[in-house]
Amino acid sequence: MRNGKTRNGNGNGAATHTRAPARLRAQHHPTARLPITKTYKVFIGGKFVRSESGRYYALKHPGSDQTLANVCQCTRKDFRDSVVAARNAQGTWAGASAYNRGQILYRIAEMLEGRDEQFVAEMVQQGIAQAAAQLELIASIDRLTYYAGWADKYQQVFSSVNPVASSHFNFSILEPVGVVSILCPPQSALLGMISTIAPSIVGGNTVVALAPRDLPLSAATFAEVLATSDVPAGVVNILTGERSELLEQFASHMDVNAVIYCGDDEAERGAVRAKSSLNVKRAISYDRKDWLTDDAQNPYFILDTQEVKTTWHPIGI
Amino acid sequence: MSNITEKQGAKTGRRIKFGTDWSYAAAPETSKIRIEPRYDLFINGKFVPPVKGEYFDTINPANEKKLAEVAKGTAEDVDKAVKAARRAYEKTWSKLAPKERAKYIYRIARIVQQRSRELAVFESTDGGKPIRESRDVDIPLAAAHFFYYAGWADKLDYAFPGRTARPVGVAGQIIPWNFPLLMAAWKIAPALATGNTVVLKPAETTPLTALKLAEAIRDADLPPGVVNIVTGAGETGAAIVNHPDVDKIAFTGSTEVGKSIQKALASTNKRYTLELGGKAANIIFEDATIDQAVEGIINGIFFNQGHVCCAGSRLLVQEGVYETVIRKLQDRMQTLIIGDPMDKNTDIGAINSKMQLEKIEQYLKIGQDEGAQLWQTSCELPSGGYFCRPSLFLNASQSHRIVQEEIFGPVVAIQTFRTPAEAVEKANNTPYGLSGGVWTDKGSKIFKITSKIRAGVIWANTYNKFDPTSPFGGYKESGMGREGGLHGLRPYVELN
Repeated sequence: MRNGKTRNGNGNGAATHTRAPARLRAQHHPTARLPITKTYKVFIGGKFVRSESGRYYALKHPGSDQTLANVCQCTRKDFRDSVVAARNAQGTWAGASAYNRGQILYRIAEMLEGRDEQFVAEMVQQGIAQAAAQLELIASIDRLTYYAGWADKYQQVFSSVNPVASSHFNFSILEPVGVVSILCPPQSALLGMISTIAPSIVGGNTVVALAPRDLPLSAATFAEVLATSDVPAGVVNILTGERSELLEQFASHMDVNAVIYCGDDEAERGAVRAKSSLNVKRAISYDRKDWLTDDAQNPYFILDTQEVKTTWHPIGI
Repeated sequence: MSNITEKQGAKTGRRIKFGTDWSYAAAPETSKIRIEPRYDLFINGKFVPPVKGEYFDTINPANEKKLAEVAKGTAEDVDKAVKAARRAYEKTWSKLAPKERAKYIYRIARIVQQRSRELAVFESTDGGKPIRESRDVDIPLAAAHFFYYAGWADKLDYAFPGRTARPVGVAGQIIPWNFPLLMAAWKIAPALATGNTVVLKPAETTPLTALKLAEAIRDADLPPGVVNIVTGAGETGAAIVNHPDVDKIAFTGSTEVGKSIQKALASTNKRYTLELGGKAANIIFEDATIDQAVEGIINGIFFNQGHVCCAGSRLLVQEGVYETVIRKLQDRMQTLIIGDPMDKNTDIGAINSKMQLEKIEQYLKIGQDEGAQLWQTSCELPSGGYFCRPSLFLNASQSHRIVQEEIFGPVVAIQTFRTPAEAVEKANNTPYGLSGGVWTDKGSKIFKITSKIRAGVIWANTYNKFDPTSPFGGYKESGMGREGGLHGLRPYVELN
């Protein structure tokens, strides 16, 4: 365990002992068992790593200054590494059959369902009320199932055969835009992230997502679900850290094809959109705070990270 | 049969000579058009002089003579136009029954058809493109675009499953000089069909057909202010982009300007679609029918003097057929007739402007300086006007600027490849992704390669085909959004 000073010196948890929930707390009794606390990692190219920089920020127990976890404070280098992983994975992922992608999304839902208690407990730890956490988890599982089902359908609904006036067979299909960077909704531990990642990956994109700064633990644990759900390495990369440090890089990276900005900060959104112009990146923004409602899921979220390709074939002998 | 002749020809060194013993009698288009000495802005259903009273000349690029002077719209004029568009949007157009909206657009389509020859002559006179192309491609497609989108106006409930489409409001539209009337139709038709009103700026070198279209719109009795045409240069366009009461920007033009628009709109709530540059690879496989492929290469790069964002400006030839393709291509290029755009025999007309000709000539120099080998046809060029010989570069490399950058002229850069994977790698290795071409007789190979090319429009065994029902638009730095077809409605609606 790292407990020295961080590079930028803001990990002031060095001298603080973690004040965990009762279950994890040391009992200071000769026969008591000391529980194992978790080192949270980020997920890059299918591997669990700490930030290349060694930096971390101390996530506090809600309403206390006791440290709940030392969370990786990812750097621009971590982001660039993630983009390389996402780019390398994109062709194969997009080439997987729609049926296969649908099954893998469904598998993520299965794995999440199987770890429901852990996720609820972790959300509660981060300050979410028990009932709300329960609701968010259920909605997250259902959302994955919802998009799993779209895998082999959105193409049928939104493609077209175009009756051109000349002797050609002409059709338009959807293709993934490529690598998508996502600044996840800041107020949602799990559902917001899943609601933006799922429609991107079901359409064949690969993603690099930045977990919400103050609710990062569910995202980090969700990476463990992804790692055991047959999701190929690099398809989803999950970073934790300070949004303000990474925001511009998420929008300016020349090998990222689309950026999804979640939030309602006009200055942040403006900066993301301005940097996107460097490579004509598609800049998508969602300002919703509530991801529980029915209108937070629909196939138009999939279309946001799709391109339309039109192909012309002569008809003749 | 042709193969045998081909081999014999190669053996004996005999080649059919085109272009030397053949001469064509002039076949001038004789339709007369009436060009006014001066054209004003079309705002709120009327032609009005610009607030500041300034005008600029539009010239005929084939002889450099002045055709007319055209109003230079300023921010004040743009403001008037946007106000007229807003009023029209709120008072009439967004409230009109959709089927009535449709009928207005059908009317425009019909008037364009009725005046098609006149419009074609205007187009070729102002822009330099061969009359054969403006007559057979630009104008009929423009009419078809209005006709196609007219029918969507009262059927939008079927276009977006599970959603209700609402118009966006006032659309600011900026179009280029390569297909002046056609681009106006691409922009205006879907905007009107979905219930928006329009402020459109044509390119400064080709404003006339947009103003003739304004006459058609006036004659179709559209409510005043539904379509406003403001002529001018870059500053006029910037005034549209930056006007606070414009809800949506649709831009077609260079990637450089597109990026600056994207940046300018970053802190606003305006929507935008961008149709930008391209550097398409036209890929010729060994199993292609070579003669057809050569025709496709010609059409791909020399159509409209190569002033086409989706032009096949890079040629990738599989090694085994390289020599044959180059020989046939050069033979075919020698037959191309360069000259008076108004002559019906002309294949390649005038370069649109002096500035563009200089840019092309600069690239011809850059290509040679970088080590590629320039080959041009030996045709005579007219003594006046802006003309450029059909040109190809042999031995071009992926890193050459003539391979990476859009030239927008009759210049094709040629590279070779061995494997399909190499062809795909080279095709995708530019910042652009607008279009591409694939030539092979093997169906499965077509599907494999077309699915690997990162571009919005792919032609297999054909090139440069367009249709109002067919979505058009780019991947990567070639822009975002689609024009044409069902997908072309999306940029002009809010979904509820």
